[in-house]
Amino acid sequence: MGKYVFRILRFDPQKDKTPYFQEFEYESSPKDAVLDALLNIRENLDPTLSFRHSCREAVCGSCGMVINGRITLACRTILESLKDKLVIIEPLPNLEIQKDLMVDLTPFWQALREVEPYLQPAESHPPKGYRIDAKQMEKIYQFINCILCGCCYSACPVVARGQGYFGPAALAKLYRFVRDPRDLRPFSQWEKIDKPQGIWGCDTVFRCHDVCPKDVRPADGIEGLRRKLIVEKLKKVFRRKPK
Amino acid sequence: MIVDHDLVIVGGGLAGLAAALKAAPDLDVVVISKVHPLRSHSVAAQGGINAALGNHPEGKDDSWEKHAFDTVKGSDYLSDQTAAELMCQRAIPVLYELEHLGVPFSRFPGGVIAQRPFGGAGFPRTCYAADRTGLVILHTLYEQALRRKVRFYEEWLVTNLVVREGRCYGLLAYDLHSGEIISIRAKAVIFATGGYGRVYQKSTNALINLGSGIGMAFRAGVPLKDMEFVQFHPTSLLGKNILITEGARGEGGYLINNQGKRFMADYAPSTMELAPRDIVARAIQTEINEGRGFEGEYVYLDLRHLGKEKIIKRLPGIREICLYFGGLDPIEEPIPIQPAQHYSMGGIDVDENCASPIEGFYAAGECSCVSVHGANRLGGNSMLETVVFGQIAGRFASEYIKDIKGSQSDEKALGYIQDEAARLQSKVNQWLKNKSKRNVYHLFHRLRHLMMDKVGIFREKKKLAEALEEIREIRHEYRHLSLWSDCLHYCQEFITMMEFESMLDIAEVITMGALAREETRGSHYRTDFPTRDDQHWLKHTIARYNDERPQLTYREVKITRYEPQERKY
Repeated sequence: MGKYVFRILRFDPQKDKTPYFQEFEYESSPKDAVLDALLNIRENLDPTLSFRHSCREAVCGSCGMVINGRITLACRTILESLKDKLVIIEPLPNLEIQKDLMVDLTPFWQALREVEPYLQPAESHPPKGYRIDAKQMEKIYQFINCILCGCCYSACPVVARGQGYFGPAALAKLYRFVRDPRDLRPFSQWEKIDKPQGIWGCDTVFRCHDVCPKDVRPADGIEGLRRKLIVEKLKKVFRRKPK
Repeated sequence: MIVDHDLVIVGGGLAGLAAALKAAPDLDVVVISKVHPLRSHSVAAQGGINAALGNHPEGKDDSWEKHAFDTVKGSDYLSDQTAAELMCQRAIPVLYELEHLGVPFSRFPGGVIAQRPFGGAGFPRTCYAADRTGLVILHTLYEQALRRKVRFYEEWLVTNLVVREGRCYGLLAYDLHSGEIISIRAKAVIFATGGYGRVYQKSTNALINLGSGIGMAFRAGVPLKDMEFVQFHPTSLLGKNILITEGARGEGGYLINNQGKRFMADYAPSTMELAPRDIVARAIQTEINEGRGFEGEYVYLDLRHLGKEKIIKRLPGIREICLYFGGLDPIEEPIPIQPAQHYSMGGIDVDENCASPIEGFYAAGECSCVSVHGANRLGGNSMLETVVFGQIAGRFASEYIKDIKGSQSDEKALGYIQDEAARLQSKVNQWLKNKSKRNVYHLFHRLRHLMMDKVGIFREKKKLAEALEEIREIRHEYRHLSLWSDCLHYCQEFITMMEFESMLDIAEVITMGALAREETRGSHYRTDFPTRDDQHWLKHTIARYNDERPQLTYREVKITRYEPQERKY
């Protein structure tokens, strides 16, 4: 056990004019996660502290926040892995604060909806299921690891510019479907990402790769979409009959 | 504020989403969830979902009948065999449907859905997507819900179920964002609210699994079934009790004690590590209790012999959990594990159409008890149950609404709901006014430790009686608690306060059922009655809320073709 100081950004838009930092001292085990410490603080020091949590095992995507300047999941950040006994905790950037460490993810979910993130297969499926080569399935595996925690969206400098960029997660999700051999969506449908808010927005600075807690590389998906888009466009040109 | 809907589904996990997707499209349907649907505990399911597809080279002779037999035998003959048959038969079309909706299952050479062996199963029939099966199925159903434009009320905690004269009229819910209590009038309600794992101190479940749906239904007059049957998963990671999938043993992992021995040879010589969970969990706890564990706390799950490639390919999530939460790499070191609460076989008493005895009230998934799992659930059958019975609930609740169209008095419903809301409001006012020295979390942890110590894997009369007394003491203290927060805006303390009442009810019903059942069956092990007693106890426990106390009665088990026999593995 050791004494840790947690400096937490507090903000209740109903009461406070501006966000402020509040410090809590708490005796914690170095093996505890930051999430455990937050729960302890809420249970013992301040029941009004608000933050999201659910699975505590890095698979539900609830507890994205900024810990000592790094965007990550609180449940998976173990105290002893931090250099300092001062832990600074802030809500995810690029999103409005609802209260304390809870942010409004509405724009993030909206962007996801924009890309029509669902399989669009043929009307009927083979009675005994599709036959898909394991190798083909493996190509989309890194993208299905995404837990939609919003860390990449918060870290993305293009999202920060506030011009309606869909963000890394939504585009990577689209790529997952475009690459799925069962998906038959026509090119005309996903062509709408051919714009600055879509795949051309990405600055390829890979902040999303740095922060993803599940080792997804969203920019690989965006790159993939760019390549596929160009190929599809060329195909269209060559298919055009000469007059 | 009052809102009106035809069908309200409570819970956005697999069962809730499956119900929403099967509800009649012309009805006004809404899904209420206390978290964003993708944060539901279904997301943490790892190993897979059972269906007798026969894709595995050793599974050619598999059939849904054999799957049903394994389920019934695994349940220690307490499951209703008609229900087990229904689930196992539906499993095959449901699996193909899931795949058609987009679930990226792992593949065998030749491109068919891959299957792996799981505990208590005669054939390898557990379909999987590496060890992230719950994640991919939940995401897929949520994607389909987006496609179908299903409406969600996210981060609303349902607090009360309004039942009068044997009929369900609606709900009350707390909206975390506005801090308001909202009245909801509905023609039918489906609960898909999940399990109560966190009633136990050591649990693999998400922090949100407090079981308030089960307790709320119980207090509203819906009976509960077989609540004393609580599954302890054999392998949870030491420390945080994060689940280490049965798939790890399915892929060939060994359980090792401090003498370096594969001790399952002493407990289940023919199936070894792949005996059903109740048997493996008790074996591990016995090894620990008798001094053959490590530091009096754990044994090892050894995967090293599987090799780097297999671990990385088939169990990447397990490796990640070990690296981040256990500080070790399973490729190089064995994993320290111990049993922890994992699943609730019991739940809201419903029939094979997911209908409860209360008109207009349905339940599906872990919060319900059909019963398919009886006294012990097999691995890979829980996700199957959520999807199969979630769909059934969606269909039958829709039919019910169409049948009653116009016959339900809206005025009467409104009166009942307002009455319930007024009662809740006065309770909340009291909480805000009271000044107690301790907050709800103190009682919360006390209850969880009590359940672990006295109503855990091994049970006996004296401890169970003590537990029952202490639960009633805790309830007494709960009545005098106050809310420490001064307002309800994003008040997570209020949520715990509301849900804790249900935890008390659940704890009481589990303990009473366990105390009454003087036999050993499946997960319910009485050290003072160590054998199964079919003559007296081959029956379901039904608990009803009567005069603020649970009252127990019993009901026959439905037996079709599988005669109860001794359970050997």
